[in-house]
Amino acid sequence: MEPGGVEVDEHFFRHESGRIVAALTRIFGVHNLALAEDVVQDAFCRALEVWKFRGIPENPSAWLMATARNRAIDVLRRERTARTFAPELGRFIESEWTLAPVVHELLGPQTIKDDELRMMFSCCHPRLAEPAQVALILHILCGFSIDEVAAAFLAGRAATEKRITRAKKVLAGSRKLFELTAADFAARLSAVHRALYLLFNEGYHGASAESAVRIDLCREAIRLAGVLRRHPLASTPTTLALGALMFLHAARLPARLNAAGDLHSLFEQDRSQWDMELITEGRRLLDISATGTELTEYHIEAAIAAVHADARSAEQTDWPRVVGLYDMLLAIRPSPVVALNRAIAVAQQDGPARGLEEIRAIHDLDRLGTYPFYPATLGELELRSGHPQLARECFCRALALARSPMERRFLERRIAACVEPGH
Amino acid sequence: MSEFLYLYRGGDSSGSPEEMQKTMQKWVAWMKQLGDQGHLKAMGNPLEPTGKVIKGKQKTITDGPYAEAKDLVGGYTLILAKDINEAAEVAKGCPIFETGGGVEVRPILQIGG
Repeated sequence: MEPGGVEVDEHFFRHESGRIVAALTRIFGVHNLALAEDVVQDAFCRALEVWKFRGIPENPSAWLMATARNRAIDVLRRERTARTFAPELGRFIESEWTLAPVVHELLGPQTIKDDELRMMFSCCHPRLAEPAQVALILHILCGFSIDEVAAAFLAGRAATEKRITRAKKVLAGSRKLFELTAADFAARLSAVHRALYLLFNEGYHGASAESAVRIDLCREAIRLAGVLRRHPLASTPTTLALGALMFLHAARLPARLNAAGDLHSLFEQDRSQWDMELITEGRRLLDISATGTELTEYHIEAAIAAVHADARSAEQTDWPRVVGLYDMLLAIRPSPVVALNRAIAVAQQDGPARGLEEIRAIHDLDRLGTYPFYPATLGELELRSGHPQLARECFCRALALARSPMERRFLERRIAACVEPGH
Repeated sequence: MSEFLYLYRGGDSSGSPEEMQKTMQKWVAWMKQLGDQGHLKAMGNPLEPTGKVIKGKQKTITDGPYAEAKDLVGGYTLILAKDINEAAEVAKGCPIFETGGGVEVRPILQIGG
């Protein structure tokens, strides 16, 4: 007797958890989110007990859903006098004639796709700050426990728990999942874009060998952006541009971070390690994202990433185009980090002295006070200008601001590169 | 080869979806390994945590189980091994120890043995 050979995706339980919680929340009402989470936890425990012995079934998704459905029907039957469930389903839940068929219908594949999206929109409630929206998405839709969310954001457990508990209260106050036909759909979609963008960046910039979990954030952001793309209402040019941006950046991850956990800047990356499949998919999405009238920061950031993807080396990059794109980005979303990146491109185009001038001209430079890559960029440009001593001082300042062992090692390497000519 | 019964006792497998998936995959790998090594007579079954207990001459029926969670039998497997020592050694590979549970190994009484 052999256990079944069926295997599931690496994060199958996480993703199923998000889908089923969303679907059950639609039936129970958002105010009963905790109950939906309990039912899912229960269904997972049963799956675990049975699959331990029998192996993973042929259709594990359907198995989990059926188990959750049966538990949901039990709960609805047991608690219908004590609780109010989704108001629009009241009548159907009260009657034994309709209860099971209605729950079956609501947990069908098409409805669930909508529920997952509606939950994503619900998590981006305007009363929630962006970090709370992102944490809530990770917790509910990606099945991250409080501890896992805290680890992913390098935040404390207590603070994370407080943030998520508060966010859930706001969510519960809305009583109903967000309607995809609502008048404020466009505004909410834009909040969803922003949350997924932040989720991706948190993983991308924080990815390190010490916290492998952070690459999971990129994967989750990419997955949820895919859920958006596959839905006719949400698949706007901006959604496509966001997907392009994620793919084109994710393609560089293998070269950005080597097996030893060392960070490599765009200038030193081994470009043969870039993931060509992701680049192709990113380019495809970027092409079809150029159909609308709206030009967003996602379009521009994706376009910049595409210029890099086209270049065989840093020297062979179309820097004037990169500078032009940063100009557009600054006009749409001005920020000192964007201005700093623009200055780096200018330095590539017109030499390090011009780059340094551009940096000195950034008007809100003080906001970069704790950003290690601000002094690191100065160091890089001073080094290229033939001032190793000045460069060294800059890198040392950057080192003092480093946020991870990986950043520290990267900056130590740069310090070591600052040798006086003739030494 | 002789036959043995593994009784899986206790072990808390609840957790985050990710943790549960990891636990599940370890069990699937463990069962497969038992099979590959020729130790698996029957994968056995998980048991519901609730049940009834019937006792005494009065045949009184009470709600079971009476055991504490850590002693509760959650499932069983039929094993083939050379002897009890080998069966006990093999049991050490069970993932249940990572979740605080244990394995009880009982030789099946051999008829005519």
